[in-house]
Formats: sequence, C-alpha cells, structure tokens
Amino acid sequence: MTDLEIVSRLPQDERVLLMPLVRTTKTFWRWAAVMAAISLWGLFAYAYQLRNGLGATGLNTPEYWGIYIICFVFFIGISHAGTLISAILRVANAEWRRSITRSAEFITVLVIGFGAIQPVLDLGRPDRVLNVMLHSQPFSPLLWDVMSIGLYFTASSVYLYVPMIPDLARIRDLGLRPRLLYWFLAIGYHDTPAARHTLERLISVLAVAVIPIAVSVHTVIGWIFALTLRPMWHSAIFGPYFVIGAIFSGIAALIIAMAILRRVYRLEAYFKDIHFNHMGLLLLVMSILWFYFTFAEHLTVWYGGEEAELATLYSKLYGAFWFPFWLMFATCFVIPFGLMARAKTRNVPGTVIASVAVVIGMWLERFNIVVPTSLHPRGEVAIAHYWPSWVELSIMAGTFAGFVLVYMIATKFFPIVSIWEIKEGREKSIEEVTERVSEYLPDDLEAVAL
Amino acid sequence: MPRWGMVIDLDKCNGCQACEVACRSENNIAVGGPQAAGESRTISWMRVQTEVEGEWPNLRARFVPQPCMHCDRPPCTLVCPVQATSRDSEGIISQIYARCIGCRYCANACPYTVKYFNWRRPSYPGSTVAGLNPDVSLRPVGVIEKCTFCHHRLQKARDVARAEKRPLREADYVPACSESCPTGAIVFGDLDDPDHRVAQLARDPRAFRLHEDLGTQPKVYYLAEQD
Ligand code: SF4
Ligand code: SF4
Repeated sequence: MTDLEIVSRLPQDERVLLMPLVRTTKTFWRWAAVMAAISLWGLFAYAYQLRNGLGATGLNTPEYWGIYIICFVFFIGISHAGTLISAILRVANAEWRRSITRSAEFITVLVIGFGAIQPVLDLGRPDRVLNVMLHSQPFSPLLWDVMSIGLYFTASSVYLYVPMIPDLARIRDLGLRPRLLYWFLAIGYHDTPAARHTLERLISVLAVAVIPIAVSVHTVIGWIFALTLRPMWHSAIFGPYFVIGAIFSGIAALIIAMAILRRVYRLEAYFKDIHFNHMGLLLLVMSILWFYFTFAEHLTVWYGGEEAELATLYSKLYGAFWFPFWLMFATCFVIPFGLMARAKTRNVPGTVIASVAVVIGMWLERFNIVVPTSLHPRGEVAIAHYWPSWVELSIMAGTFAGFVLVYMIATKFFPIVSIWEIKEGREKSIEEVTERVSEYLPDDLEAVAL
Repeated sequence: MPRWGMVIDLDKCNGCQACEVACRSENNIAVGGPQAAGESRTISWMRVQTEVEGEWPNLRARFVPQPCMHCDRPPCTLVCPVQATSRDSEGIISQIYARCIGCRYCANACPYTVKYFNWRRPSYPGSTVAGLNPDVSLRPVGVIEKCTFCHHRLQKARDVARAEKRPLREADYVPACSESCPTGAIVFGDLDDPDHRVAQLARDPRAFRLHEDLGTQPKVYYLAEQD
C-alpha cells in the first residue's frame, strides 16, 4: 500500500491533516522553485558582499546600520507569532487555539534562524563572529541578545516539538515515509493515558516558561537602541514598545499563513471564519496598543523639545521621512483598526488585508526607528543619505523567500494542525468547558447548606 | 598615573587643517579618494568642522577640530560585545583592530560621530607607500578605527625616557596634530599634572567641552572664542 492509500483510508481529521504529507501538487513545486531561486540569488548577493566587504552596501557614515538591522528586528518580531500567541492561548485555556497553535509555533522556530543571521550579515568581519564567545564583554546589549535569542530558539523548538510527539507517534505507527525520521522523532512514545498525562503536564510547564523568554528577547532588542544616547533611541519605553510591536506583527504573519494554508491544503474546516474573527480581534487590540505606545513615545519627544530629538522627530513628521512615517501610521493603525473594528470586515479577506498592511507597516516602523536617528547624529557631519544597494535588497528578498521555502517544506513533513489536540477537543473539551462554565455560575442558594 | 587630555583654543584655530593632514600621514589613514567622499565614507581621525553663523554679510565662521574626545565615561566602550574598544588606565580609548567584529555598535553609541568604519579594503596609492609609518598598524577591511592620541608616540617616549633613566617630560609626548598646528592651538598633556599647560588651560574660564550635558566627560577641552 502506498502512503497515499494509507492516508486516504483514515477518518476525516487524520485524512485531511496528513494529506499534505503524502500528496504534493504541481503548484507546490512551482512555488518552491520560485522561492528556491530567490533564495539562491540572495546567497549569491551575500557571496558578493563577502568578497567585497560592506562597501557593497549603501551604508555610510553616519548611517552605520541599515536593512540588515531592520530585518533583524522585523524577523525576530514575526517570531513572536508563534510561541507567544500559542503559549498565551494555551495558558488561558482558549479552546479555539487547538487548530492554530502548531502553524504558529512553526513560524516561530523557522523565522528565528533567519532573524538571527541578520546581524551576522551585517558584520564587517563575519569571520570573527566567534569572538563574541571568546572575548565576551558582559555589559554589551549585543551579548545579551545573543544569549536571549539562543535561549528563545531552544525553548521554542522544544515547545514546538513536545506537543508534536503524539502526532509523530501516530505517523510512525501508520508507517509513512521517511520511516526512520518519524521513528526517531517519536522517541518511542505510546499514547497511553499515563503518557498523555505526563505530556500535557510538560506542555503546560513549557507554555508558561516560554512567555518570559519571548518577552525578554524583544525587550533586549529594544535595548540595543535604547541604551545608546542617540536621539529617539534613548527611550525607556523601547523594551515594551518592541514587545507589543513584535506580537502585533506576529499575529499578522500568522493570519496570512493561516489564510494561505487554508486555501492550498483545503483546511477550511480547521481554520474557520471564527478563527479569523478571533485573530482579527487580537489584531485590533494590538493596533490600539501600538497607537498608544507610538503616541506616548512621540509626544514625550516633542514636549521635551530637545534640539537633537526634535530634528529627528520633525524629519519623520514632515521632513525627509514623512512618507515612510505616515505610511507606517496608515498600515499599522488606520487600516487594521478600520477593518478590524467592524464585525463585517473581520472575515477572511478583511483580516488578510489588515495583516498584510500590518506586516508592511511593522517593517516600516523598524525603518523609521533605525534610519532617521542614524542620519541625525548630535555632532555635525556632512549630510548623508541612505539608499540600500542591490546587495542588501537581494539578501532581504532571499531571506523572505528562504523562510517561505522552509515553511513550505515543513508542511510536507509535519501535520500543520495538531491532530491529537483536535481529537482531544472533540472528545473531551466540550464536557470540560460545560463543567468550567457551570463553575463560574452563581451557586444555587437552596442547594448549598448555609 | 597621568590622565592624557587636550585643549584646543578656538581663537587660535584658523581652519588650515594641518592637523588633519599630519594625522593622516602619522596614522596611515587610507586614501579613500573622491569615491569615498561621494559615498560619505571618508576616514579622518581629526576633522576640522566648520560652523558658519549669522547671515550675509555679517558672517562668522568658526572652526572646531574634532578628534575622539577620549571620554572618561565613554558610551562607546560599554556596548562593544568583544571588548575591542576600551579605556586604558591612562584614559586613552583604544581600539583592537584584530579583535573587532565590525558590528559598528560603538560607532552608533558615540555621540560625537568620530568612529570610522573601513567599508572597503583600505588603499594606499603607490606614492604614499614609502611614507607609511612603521609604528602604526594598517587596518584591515571591516573594522572600526579612530583617533588614539597617537598612542604609539607615548610608548616610544616612555622607552626613551626609561633608557635615559629620567621621568617622562611634558614635551616628550605630543600627538601629531598638536605638533603640526602652526598657531599652537592644540595643547596636549596630562590633565592631572598641575605643571602641564593643558591642566592649567582646562581650568580657564573659557574652557568648555562638547555635549558636556551628556555626561560622557570628554578629555578634549575647547577654549571659547572671545569677541
Ligand atoms: S565595531 Fe568593533 S569595536 Fe565597535 S562595538 Fe563592534 S566589535 Fe566593538
Ligand atoms: S568621543 Fe566617541 S569614540 Fe571617543 S571615547 Fe567618546 S564615545 Fe568613544
């Protein structure tokens, strides 16, 4: 029996959710080829940069940081999709999480790597990157970053893997190929009530542990900027501001991923309209928070009225950077708020449009943080400008494509919706939720002996 | 322990840029040429900044030579992940070219924008090679460099003093910029030694430092112009 036949005979949940593992369409190959080509082009651009040094970029004095650092903050931000959202929903016992957690966790784990390489791409001497370990200087926020991202990657990988074990065991038992991979990854798990109990205990511990780690990651990234004396970087709000920005872009990325998965793998029954509605509500809350933080930040700068700070601020409001600034405002607040505040537009197309806007807007936000401040140093230097070179743009495109490619490949080896959690939802949750709700209700006074 | 510092008298500086040129040849600063200038990637450890005040015809130009300020509380050293830049016991902020990973964090942290990055492989036109200073190492591509107060001159002066069995004198250690200034606007020495001229000038009522409010405690003082 081929794998396809095995899967075709399974009951609905397993059949639908395992189908992508055994059947690959032409469209998939076509997209994979496109993504692979773009990634290879990005690799070529990096090889060019290695040969020619950072002179191949558009960076200069005082624009020391550019696209790579923007993408670094951006990608690590996206990675907060998964773990943080899925962990919060799990801890909060939100039942609607069941079908979306896995896809979110995959985003996290796969995008961290692409984020973490960005600062390395940005190094003048990538050959000396190990000096960070050999000659660590504990007061450098960059070192804290290396540590927190390392920890985050480890924790979120474990947090992706552990809840996947029952599914992997099931695939192993079905005998799908590559057998060795599933046999190895299932680490001899057998789905007994005792094993399941241990597993769930472990998952709930991990879910709690991963939240502070994720928060620390983007806080420290904010501190990279905030701990310098630069105008509009030196801000106490940056830690939390970066964290909410990260969650904001993470939710948007997850909505886009869900919409695509739902379409290409026919998962309408799993990623339902209600999921998009709920995610849309989260997006709404985050866009309001984003507005609040952004407003607070800019008001403080303006009111303080310090010369160097104002020069940077005005360049954003109506100077050289008015366009990226106001575009960011539209895409991070006006569009998502306008669409998500109305129940009618909180449907699949509505949430997807809002999410695409947010993803673009959050990239622009990082641009608006990095570039205007860089170009407005306190000292007088020749007025410079920053135009990213083809090398930087190619590497950025390659990184995006590389992420999409590995995500596509991941959906071919692992069920992108947790099968056992869906089953558990069908079998146990309805009862549990009824029980839970009845617990909240006021007691019947007559039945309770006073 | 000395605390090396500099006082620059703005009344005496006439903007001739001899200090820039002297620094270039003393410290083997690469020649970037018009390309580097066009890309805003020129390296100049000492930079004579021109500030023009007022409206025509009542113009007033002011020249402010700016090396690294050798801050006593330097924001640039704290952020370096590999300790490639640090403050030595005599207050000079050093750079270790062989260790720097080229992240440019220090350059962003410096409020004076006096850290320079080697965007391209440093180039030395044939005619300049013979004039390179053997006491100063050439920098590779991809690292940060900046003014060192001609630290190599201090090492040499110490060796000579030791050989002659005498203490180091004020005139023994003078950076190239100070030495070359035709008007004597740049004075160098130990800020903590009351016999040194810098120590006296730094207490002059005209003395001020750049961005003093930032708390970086620069060791380069300026003497304000008198009207
Ligand atoms: S560029 Fe070099 S000296 Fe500056 S912070 Fe990075 S590693 Fe340290
Ligand atoms: S002037 Fe800049 S480079 Fe020099 S010590 Fe101060 S912060 Fe560091």
